[in-house]
Amino acid sequence: MCDCNCHQNYNLDTLVPMVGIVTDIRQETPDVKTFRVNAPEGGKLFEHKPGQCAMVSVPGVGEAMFSITSSPTNKEYQEFSIKKCGVLTDYLHDLQVGDEIMVRGPYGNNFPVDTELKGKNLLFVAGGIGLAPLRSVINYVLDNRDDYGTVDIVYGSRSADDLVQLKEIQEVWMKAKDTNVYLTIDRPQEGWDGHVGFVPSYLNELDLKTDKTVLVCGPPIMIKFVLGALTEMGFSKEQAYTTLELRMKCGVGKCGRCNIGSKYVCKDGPVFRCDEVDELPNEY
Amino acid sequence: MQEIISRLEELFAEGKINRVLGWKKGDLPYNPEPAYFESAEALKDFVYDGFCGANLSKYFIQGSAFEGVTAILLKPCDTYSFNQLIKEHRVDREKAYIIGVGCKGKLNVEAIKAMGIKGITDIKGAEIDGDCKELTVETLYGDKIVAYKDAMLERCHVCKGKEHMVYDELLLESADTLDGDRFAGVEAIEAMSPEEKFEFFRKELSKCIRCNACRNVCPACSCRKCVFDSNKFDSEQKANVDPFNESMFHIIRAFHVAGRCTDCGECSRVCPQGIPLHLFNRKFIKDINEYYGDFIAGENAEEKGPLTNFTLDDMEASERR
Amino acid sequence: MVKIKKENLNELYKLISAEKSLFVPAKKAGQTNYALYGAETEVDLDTLKTVKSAKELFFPQSETLYNVKTVDNKYSVTQAELQNEEFVAFGVRGCDIKGIEVLDKVFLSEPVDTFYKARREHGVIVALSCNEPEESCFCTVFGVDPADAKGDVTATFSGDYLYMKANTEKGEKLLADCASLLEAADESEIADEKAKIAEILGKLPYANLSLEGWHGGATEEKFNSALWEELYKPCLACGTCTFVCPTCQCYDIKDYKTADGIQKYRCWDSCMYSDFTMMAHGNNRTSQMQRFRQRFMHKLVYFPANNNGMYSCVGCGRCVDKCPASTNIIKVIKAFSKEGK
Repeated sequence: MCDCNCHQNYNLDTLVPMVGIVTDIRQETPDVKTFRVNAPEGGKLFEHKPGQCAMVSVPGVGEAMFSITSSPTNKEYQEFSIKKCGVLTDYLHDLQVGDEIMVRGPYGNNFPVDTELKGKNLLFVAGGIGLAPLRSVINYVLDNRDDYGTVDIVYGSRSADDLVQLKEIQEVWMKAKDTNVYLTIDRPQEGWDGHVGFVPSYLNELDLKTDKTVLVCGPPIMIKFVLGALTEMGFSKEQAYTTLELRMKCGVGKCGRCNIGSKYVCKDGPVFRCDEVDELPNEY
Repeated sequence: MQEIISRLEELFAEGKINRVLGWKKGDLPYNPEPAYFESAEALKDFVYDGFCGANLSKYFIQGSAFEGVTAILLKPCDTYSFNQLIKEHRVDREKAYIIGVGCKGKLNVEAIKAMGIKGITDIKGAEIDGDCKELTVETLYGDKIVAYKDAMLERCHVCKGKEHMVYDELLLESADTLDGDRFAGVEAIEAMSPEEKFEFFRKELSKCIRCNACRNVCPACSCRKCVFDSNKFDSEQKANVDPFNESMFHIIRAFHVAGRCTDCGECSRVCPQGIPLHLFNRKFIKDINEYYGDFIAGENAEEKGPLTNFTLDDMEASERR
Repeated sequence: MVKIKKENLNELYKLISAEKSLFVPAKKAGQTNYALYGAETEVDLDTLKTVKSAKELFFPQSETLYNVKTVDNKYSVTQAELQNEEFVAFGVRGCDIKGIEVLDKVFLSEPVDTFYKARREHGVIVALSCNEPEESCFCTVFGVDPADAKGDVTATFSGDYLYMKANTEKGEKLLADCASLLEAADESEIADEKAKIAEILGKLPYANLSLEGWHGGATEEKFNSALWEELYKPCLACGTCTFVCPTCQCYDIKDYKTADGIQKYRCWDSCMYSDFTMMAHGNNRTSQMQRFRQRFMHKLVYFPANNNGMYSCVGCGRCVDKCPASTNIIKVIKAFSKEGK
């Protein structure tokens, strides 16, 4: 037997990562890239549920939690959409196809796609890179289209260039059955003939029926205003789910960083129903 | 102590101060804590006795941000630190009303415990108004008598003197506590062979738990962001990973405060592992005195320090022993 | 129950350490901490509290998790070896044992921390009763009986002897292995000593500390209390309290660069440190008040809420002894009870 243990994936402790190969890189926006990751022997590193996260690391550079943006219904690979905003993400953005990274997970809970969301009309509200975790759910729902009611997707970003997954949005989501996609950008831009304005006000304008379960993700300030808009429209907090982001290290609710109140965002979250979020001390 | 409280009440009544930065009674005989008193009524919890060793100077970095004037109580040795902080523009002198309080030597409960005394329920004789010669330590296991001197902090045995270097007014008398040679400990180490030195420091520094108490209490360590807190620097802030790391932390810190350290002794006072950290700083002080002439950091708030000043008479590194 | 003459304890240490690693409270440069027993070790069972608690024997201040070797830009990962040999932790006080129970809740809950679990499985704990509790002790408030600490073996000094009693199979085996040095004894021989300890416990200054109002719930009220703004002020933002605490278990995971890759290790971290919750795009606890509050809310409110009312404080009093600014959990508890909240 060969003594070399290259690519041999140890999975003894949950803190020990597996080696993953970057098999595709898509430049989504000027500062967001989507990385496709496979196990060295091919296939997926692990199975996950929509909304779950994984720890991505580069030895000697850093390790951070990212939501898995691909749907579990994708049987070939996993994807992470990563915004360049720090030491680790700078490094990741310099990677080439064929390079290795390390991944451990999946961590956290998931959007309740098999329970509460089943049979419901769904409204997805996303801002900027906040589409990443929701994309996993959207594709899951579209791949199991008959299990859910109508799908409305409201997605906004700073500019047209900052909309991630635009190709998929146009080629897949917009063409899907009983699915409406509403795009908006913050400021007018040459060549953009779609809606202009912030997501919360767009929601108000759309005046959607309140018979929906809402999944919202984006910058904290956007989430806050979206929830305000939804309340105005007659939605209750129990109808909305969001996903939180805090500093994480272990991913398994032990290292203490993401602790707010009696919850650990990495383990008890990242997905919370909005009325649960309200019960947490105001520290997120 | 009543004299201090009365004076502070007067200052409050006259509207000269908005608050007091002093010490608040603890719930054990020896654990008063640094505290702000926002009114004359709040002074009911005020205390100033032998266990008020904490140097309040550094708290005034925070205190400088508050509205109005804060009366700060400083012991003679604390005023050196305060001057140094003025010099480094880290505290606002205008916002401080400095009451220089007398000192009869500050006590170290660890020294009392090191005598094998356990279960302390009361300590008499630590009052600032007394003669501070003898302590009666009441314990769950009987009363013990301890000489005040034997319970003093190391720094008080090598006291810098009874004079305050900066103040607005003075209260209470001080006592002479000097009975040791300040540089004896450094000389003892200098006399060691390199192997003995290494062994000595390894033994002491290997106890370090990287709690950063020495750094955080140090009035000379007032950087807004410490290099050891940076994740961009390949140093380990909190892990005692290997012997090199702990030594590096303490040695770099000693270098960084060289020429600015007033030898206030807070580092050694707070170290949970009893590491005699002051020895590092005192070695630098001794060398600076030898190379550049006697210098005491914090004697005033103006003079340039020997390591931050250049004169044509400065000795060349190559000339050093 | 068995006993051994105090003067023969060195023989006991030698016998145990001949077979397995033995950790004892040992004095080094004036301070007592747990250390691996060897010929030079100055065993110190007189000091009541080691500076660092016994937690470091199961959750060391720093430990390697795995190594990554990089060859031609390919990574190979090797997990650090788990504890696979039995070891003995000798002289662990009741508070520290309770501390380990608290750590168990964290590390043995799913997903289990295998590094910790391996140490727990291979560790034999010889608990030591506290003959002379100190003024900073308040373990009884958290239900610890320091006169009868429950390790695998409970050991109690009385007169010229150390009495030992096995509580578990592991404990029985350890005592059986040491049988050649032990004499038979009867429980009644230490009854007087236990009564003496009980009497002292009642007289401790914090014996009647009340936890009224901390029984879970009221999170928001406590969180938003104005008291924190006052309580945190002396705090120097150092990590002394966290590092000497038997229950603080927050950790960091870091890289240590080696010649051909990295060593990934974890080390104790402190919620008191400013970078604890810092991430690439911000920090959700930016002030020391928030960080200070987090530590005590975690111990007294959040942890009990998740663990059937079990507090994440065991009353060892190390923070009372060691805080450089003399602020501590007692002062926090008392401040809130004074407020009547």
